[in-house]
Amino acid sequence: MMTDLCGWGRYPRLASDLLEPRRAEEVRQVQAARTGWVARGNGRAYGDAAIGLEATIGLRALDRMRHLDEAAGTLTAEAGVTLGEVIDALLPRGWFVPAVPGTQYVTLGGMVASDVHGKNHHATGGFGAHVRALTLVLPGGEVVRCSPQEKAALFRATIGGQGLTGSITEVTFGLMRVETGWIRQRTIATPDLATTIRVLAEAEAEATYSVAWIDSVARGARLGRGAVFLGEHATRADLAELAPGTDPRPRHRPARLGMSFDLPGFTLNRLSVGAFNELYWRKAAATRGPQLSAWSSYFFPLDGITDWNRMYGPRGFVQHQCVIPAPVAQDAVAEILRRVAAAGTASFLAVLKSLAHGHGLLSFPMPGLTLALDIRMTEETPALLAGLDRLVVEAGGRLYLAKDACQSPATFEAGYPALGAFRAIRREIGAEGRVTSRLSARLGI
Amino acid sequence: MADTKTVLVLGGTSDIGRATALRYAEAGWAVQLAARDAAEGERVRADIATRTGVPVTLHRLDILDTAGFGAVLDGLPALPDTAVCVIGLLGEQARSEADPAEAARVMRSNFEGPALLLEALAARFAARGRGTLVGVSSVAGDRGRASNYVYGAAKAGLTAYLAGMRHRLARLGVTVITVKPGFVRTRMTAGMPLPGPVTAAPREVAEAIFRADARGRPRSLYVRRVWWPIMTLIRLLPEPVFLRTRL
Repeated sequence: MMTDLCGWGRYPRLASDLLEPRRAEEVRQVQAARTGWVARGNGRAYGDAAIGLEATIGLRALDRMRHLDEAAGTLTAEAGVTLGEVIDALLPRGWFVPAVPGTQYVTLGGMVASDVHGKNHHATGGFGAHVRALTLVLPGGEVVRCSPQEKAALFRATIGGQGLTGSITEVTFGLMRVETGWIRQRTIATPDLATTIRVLAEAEAEATYSVAWIDSVARGARLGRGAVFLGEHATRADLAELAPGTDPRPRHRPARLGMSFDLPGFTLNRLSVGAFNELYWRKAAATRGPQLSAWSSYFFPLDGITDWNRMYGPRGFVQHQCVIPAPVAQDAVAEILRRVAAAGTASFLAVLKSLAHGHGLLSFPMPGLTLALDIRMTEETPALLAGLDRLVVEAGGRLYLAKDACQSPATFEAGYPALGAFRAIRREIGAEGRVTSRLSARLGI
Repeated sequence: MADTKTVLVLGGTSDIGRATALRYAEAGWAVQLAARDAAEGERVRADIATRTGVPVTLHRLDILDTAGFGAVLDGLPALPDTAVCVIGLLGEQARSEADPAEAARVMRSNFEGPALLLEALAARFAARGRGTLVGVSSVAGDRGRASNYVYGAAKAGLTAYLAGMRHRLARLGVTVITVKPGFVRTRMTAGMPLPGPVTAAPREVAEAIFRADARGRPRSLYVRRVWWPIMTLIRLLPEPVFLRTRL
């Protein structure tokens, strides 16, 4: 059935045949019957990564957990299980996932395909670092298991490989022990970009989780001001100290707020976002001492608003997320923030954090600083983005494929030096011409 | 583990069966899944055991093999506290009209099999003096309609059978509950255009079953209340008016 598909940014929208196998064995048949396909999880990649050139293989029905190995601390589950389901099931038994992105509504397969990173990437790596084994249906229909030991080259191509090596149907990954479902959080308000970056860098040594919110509307001397949020998994002793009597395992509460309609595109402007940011920054500056935050509001604050992507209006938005090598990061980030502020396309979300190495050939993370900005889609947006991309290339950085909808093949090639090795593996397994997403066609992967 | 309760879900690989088993497991109940497809059964068994940490066992059951029911029930590790039957086969009305064997399969899967299986459980529950039987029937059984009366008639039979069992067993300590889900978004209805306000998700049906069991009142209920006025109206339509409708 032809369906209009889009990513979380709702740009672009493209027609594709949506095929939905009900179990792993059916994935082979679906793959064999078609070319120009790519697998899709819960549709949380922002752009065109999970839209097939001709057909899209939706894997949400592969949503069975298979085995929790408490001795080894690993979970094996089908690839369509979401992160939120894993946390709901395992947090009550004292387990957490060691690398989580900004939403719990991603599938495990999607977490592998994008080698997602969290606020602790500098310390514990991305999701790819914790994957122990994968089951992959190769383009030719062969079902293989790969891991850091078995078929290691294929494994490295599949981690962060945007689904372009075949359909991931099962994932085994390592878990971490936690005493509670709470995060002990410290907030440090910062007056300018240099301070924000310095505080983030200092935090790396001591804090497990660190991330900075940036006031994207601030200009001049206040450019890059923000708030750095540091977090640790709270122990039972922390709870007893900070909030005696608190339930150590807070359950996820379904979102109470929701965007049931598109806001008109102009609602988010410099005035409205500026007013919000001013309040937010002042609140951060007034925060004293550590606070407790439930896992859901610390890791997934935007999940509290259902369909928040509709805030950017019917034309959708793009998220520009780049990573810049540390030595030149401050200048490049400053210039990006200046241009975005000057363009007046107020970004509601602007986030800065440190990254370390990625784990796959096309993984996004590299040592440096990553800046993520949500930008509403308008007539001027492509030109603005092209300018930002030039800055990223000049600084030796790259863009996150899971967020991307607009970059050029040249920008992509400049940022991903392992592309040649990735293409060679694609040729070897017969993926060329068979496994093709809109993203891979656009970028010439 | 003397205070752990056990639920038997008949038809455990269906979407409603899976959601129901998971709901009970989340409340700490041990689960017995009975299903025809062993591979799918194992997939659901492992899923529920992994998600909840409760013991889940799998038992092979063919609803058309009525002679084998005794052996299936005798093979359970324990007589369950509650049994929920979600087994059903929608079939295709046109095919059932043309092919008596297909019509018989639909009738047997929706009526004969579930009724005899629940009767066998009722005897065991009554002998113990305690237990709850939940039968998932259908709004399609409330009045025969052109679009699906083979399925509907079988479900009407099941509804009447459950009502009779409820009447007989109430004084023997066994609670019988009939649940009519209305439209549910499942594999059975995949591709059908279903109106949102009257269409439930499988976990909503599971929640209704679990709550009705917890209340313990012998009764018949619709999962979404909106179905009561709809089906009352459809049942009361005079035949000359009804014949002019397309339902």
